[in-house]
Amino acid sequence: MSMRLCLLAVLGGAILLSVLNLAVPPASALHVPTYAISLAGKYLSYALLAVAVDLVWGFGGILSLGHAAFFALGGYAMGMYLMRQIGTRGVYGNAILPDFMVFLNYKELPLTWYGFDNAGYAILMVLLVPGVLALIFGWLAFRSRVSGVYLSIITQALTYALLLAFFRNDMGFGGNNGLTDFKDMFGIPLQADATRCGLLIATAVFLSGALLLARYVVTSRFGKVLIAVRDTESRTRFLGYRPERYKLFVWVLSAVMAGIGGALYVPQVGIINPGEFSPANSIESVIWVAVGGRGTLVGAVLGAVLVNFGKTVFTGALPELWLFALGALFILVTLLLPGGIMGLIGRPARRPKNVTPAAEPAE
Amino acid sequence: MKLLRCLLLVLLLLPFAARAQDDPFAGFAGGYEDIRHAIEALALSGDKQAEPVISALQAGNLYLAADKTLWIKQGDAVLNARTGEAAATPPDGLKKVRLNNAVRRAIEAAMGSLTLFSADPATRASAAEAVFKSHDPAALPALTRALAKESDAGVRTAMEQARAAALLASPDSGEADRLAAVTVLRDRGDLEAQSQLDAVANGHQPPTVQKAAAAAVAAIARIQQMWMLAQGVFYGLSLGSVLLLAAAGLAITFGVMGVINMAHGEMVMLGAYTTFVVQQVLQSYAPSLFGASLFIAIPLSFIVSGAVGIVIERTLIRFLYGRPLETLLATWGLSLVLQQAVRSIFGANNREVSTPGFMSGAAQWGGVTITYNRLYIIVFAVIVVAALMAALRFTALGLQMRAVTQNRRMAAAMGIRTPWIDALTFGLGSGVAGLAGVALSQIDNVSPNLGQGYIIDSFMVVVFGGVGNLWGTVVSALTLGIANKFLEPLAGAVLAKILVLVLLILFIQRKPRGLFPLKGRAVEA
Amino acid sequence: MTTPHHHHDTLLYLDGVSVSFDGFRALNALSLVLERGEMRAVIGPNGAGKTTMMDVITGKTRPDTGRVVFGKDTDLTRLDEPAIADLGIGRKFQKPTVFEPHTVWDNLLLALAGDRRPRFTLWARQSSEESDRIEAILKTIRLGDHRGRRAGDLSHGQKQWLEIGMLLAQEPHLLLVDEPVAGMTDAETEQTAELLREINGTRSVVVVEHDMAFVRALGVKVTVLHEGSVLSEGSIDHVSNDPRVIEVYLGR
Repeated sequence: MSMRLCLLAVLGGAILLSVLNLAVPPASALHVPTYAISLAGKYLSYALLAVAVDLVWGFGGILSLGHAAFFALGGYAMGMYLMRQIGTRGVYGNAILPDFMVFLNYKELPLTWYGFDNAGYAILMVLLVPGVLALIFGWLAFRSRVSGVYLSIITQALTYALLLAFFRNDMGFGGNNGLTDFKDMFGIPLQADATRCGLLIATAVFLSGALLLARYVVTSRFGKVLIAVRDTESRTRFLGYRPERYKLFVWVLSAVMAGIGGALYVPQVGIINPGEFSPANSIESVIWVAVGGRGTLVGAVLGAVLVNFGKTVFTGALPELWLFALGALFILVTLLLPGGIMGLIGRPARRPKNVTPAAEPAE
Repeated sequence: MKLLRCLLLVLLLLPFAARAQDDPFAGFAGGYEDIRHAIEALALSGDKQAEPVISALQAGNLYLAADKTLWIKQGDAVLNARTGEAAATPPDGLKKVRLNNAVRRAIEAAMGSLTLFSADPATRASAAEAVFKSHDPAALPALTRALAKESDAGVRTAMEQARAAALLASPDSGEADRLAAVTVLRDRGDLEAQSQLDAVANGHQPPTVQKAAAAAVAAIARIQQMWMLAQGVFYGLSLGSVLLLAAAGLAITFGVMGVINMAHGEMVMLGAYTTFVVQQVLQSYAPSLFGASLFIAIPLSFIVSGAVGIVIERTLIRFLYGRPLETLLATWGLSLVLQQAVRSIFGANNREVSTPGFMSGAAQWGGVTITYNRLYIIVFAVIVVAALMAALRFTALGLQMRAVTQNRRMAAAMGIRTPWIDALTFGLGSGVAGLAGVALSQIDNVSPNLGQGYIIDSFMVVVFGGVGNLWGTVVSALTLGIANKFLEPLAGAVLAKILVLVLLILFIQRKPRGLFPLKGRAVEA
Repeated sequence: MTTPHHHHDTLLYLDGVSVSFDGFRALNALSLVLERGEMRAVIGPNGAGKTTMMDVITGKTRPDTGRVVFGKDTDLTRLDEPAIADLGIGRKFQKPTVFEPHTVWDNLLLALAGDRRPRFTLWARQSSEESDRIEAILKTIRLGDHRGRRAGDLSHGQKQWLEIGMLLAQEPHLLLVDEPVAGMTDAETEQTAELLREINGTRSVVVVEHDMAFVRALGVKVTVLHEGSVLSEGSIDHVSNDPRVIEVYLGR
């Protein structure tokens, strides 16, 4: 039920906001300004990341503290396409090289940038780069049974390493400043109101698709095994299942979802920089899920939108209080509201157990 | 015709030159050529007025009176150049002694050799060093004379090295002298000697000398490599000891108790700010104690961070035992609150924590530079870890801690108040983090973000070493520190760090329980 | 009902298996032979190595030395848990471990023998054959009325049965059962003994148990472990009169 309501709210809300932006004259009290459209698009991109986090954490028991890395990689792939679209309209008017490369005295395009002028290739990379990284990382980690906090810590180290790497100018991804000053996407000017509304609706559609896909996965027999793995991994092994395969599949799926979220985020926000890799971002995305309710999918969307809306309001009104509020949110939700908002309303979802009781005490 | 003119010139100059040798001061009244000779003669004369006169000339303070006597202007006073005494009545018609480029060069060369005769051994040594670097053959006579007089062994060596360098550069030296000089340079063994020998090996020299020089270059390169290795080990130990300090507390809270405290870095940060506050208070109320500020800060940081740790354990962590992922999230939230609290109180900017005198400066040990603050941090890390191990091993608290972590229910049944022990253990780990803060305040920026920079590294250190094993943490911190410092010259600082992180990630996937895993069924959980 | 050796056909052979943890020898050159179709009770004091023996057979722990041969010539020490489970060895833990958030029905569904790969389970639809098998097992373990309940909400004894049911669903050749009646009422204990005998009709079973009354009720060959190796073996009467057993175990 609540899934249907959520899809309705996401899709209906995106269409309603777009109509109020495009069809209602600016003078009217009902007019929605364009910046609000982009803001809503940003929230929904974050919601996509949150659904990805919930898929692995809520159902697979994998607490990733590095999911923002996949989000950022998808974002960079999109950003590289948008950079190449600028063409001769950059400050230096170089048809091939983006401005920052001209500034850094690049003579020719680095190999990593080849093909990004092609939208199809860029979209493929949005899916492939996070997916392949997740595949390699997950294969290594799950095969050797790294789990629990150890896994959390190495996912954090992964995103930290990427953060350091992308800050380097000679990586060829714009260093500190990242990628920005985008002009258009698929030949359509990015600043136009209609483009903004189109991006918001596209994000809503992708989010809905991700929700439906995630729900199919977690309610299938695969999902039942996954939940069993989450709670009592060793028991599934004695039944003949290979938990690492289940985790790997859901991990890669989740990374690709996060990558798509990042790719939708970049054109709406207008910039991608290495800050997106910061471990704090990943942990924040976990708290969105915790606030909404872990293991509910819908809660992930709810939490992402609410927390980010709160952040917008807070950082505008009382910027120095935001970290206090966010910190308190972490503490209070884990301590007092383990089921999140979805645990309060709707079906009283049981808090999933984290402790694996598989270890037998000494005989 | 030409020959005749030359002869005439010589004849004309002969009496003049003779006079100049008798009285080195006289030449200053002549032309540029005369002045140059006068400078050289004066520099070689050993006259105590040589240095003041030549440096006055260099500064444009040397004057010639109408009666051809020489005077030095020093502020308002006018001194007799020959005696150095002030004139009772200022002489008439003072005219500045003029300079051209040739004279200026002569002055510079003379000043170099003049300081070779200074009364202060340190000045003599640095003069010899300057000659070594310039390896100007013109300094050879002065060096030879200075060597004959020199009694200080260290300065003698420096002069011999300078002489060897000058000998190699001079076109007049014999082959045997050159070979001996190559040996002297090789024994010196530093980069400067290496580059000079390199020039000799590739320059216009007799083949035997070239060969000897090439061999010496190779020998020095080997020695330099050893020193670089030693320097790398020192830097690595230094970084390792910083990592160890940051991770030692975590080895207690995470390693022994199994609590994932993401606010551990903030405990370090609190220690650093405690140091800052101690210094501020001392500066205002007891400036005489300022030199001892760190010794006052050490116990205070331990107490502050430890007390905060106990409060955190009692109000937050004890509700989350057995739920590591929730603990992780809640303590992360706590770290945000602590950072913002410190930012609200002390501001977002870096705070200045000063370094006491005994920790400033550096010592040179062969080719290795040892900075005192780094050295003291290594010593401090050793003391902290030793104290921690002793506390765990020999105190009643340590015994009870080990009892509780090994078998909580049994410990409780034996009458140990386990909740109290939990709080104290957590307090101990946090207090050690505070101690790390004191050390880090000496080498890092004291800002609200101080702790964040260390949290991932600290966890990696503990996990790499093997959870629950303090020795493992020690080995792991030092290994990572040295690995980092050895990768740095190959890959650059940032890339080295990335490489170490990636290697660690791969390592943990190979050996999830670290270098020194605890075995047995207790850890099968 | 007990089926001692119809034919001397070895199913499981532990050959000089040793395991040590940090110097502590949990298993010390343990050798043990189990015939096909046999039910065996394994008893022993705390620390005798009973659970470690199960861990070694199921691939959770690798022995330092020794072999574990299953069937004709499969060396289990080279395989991991899922591979061993695939060969037809099921294990029931001392503490009942069922999938608590799932229903009784789903627990059995996940345990049913079949394709375990994600690419199958992603698209799998429950077949009528599968539901028939689950129905049959529900009847055997007497949980037919609880099929829709969350496994986490079952009583302790019901969880034990559900776990035994999950083992049956796996259709193993060999069942390893660790303290199946711990914490059960007398009536439940009696029913469990009956259930195990019923299972033994078609499969080999190893039962680790503390409860001597229960072992007596099973009426099968007993192996007594002590300090990681076999102390005594034979009927319950034989081992309970063995002076060495009395010395280390029963006498205290």
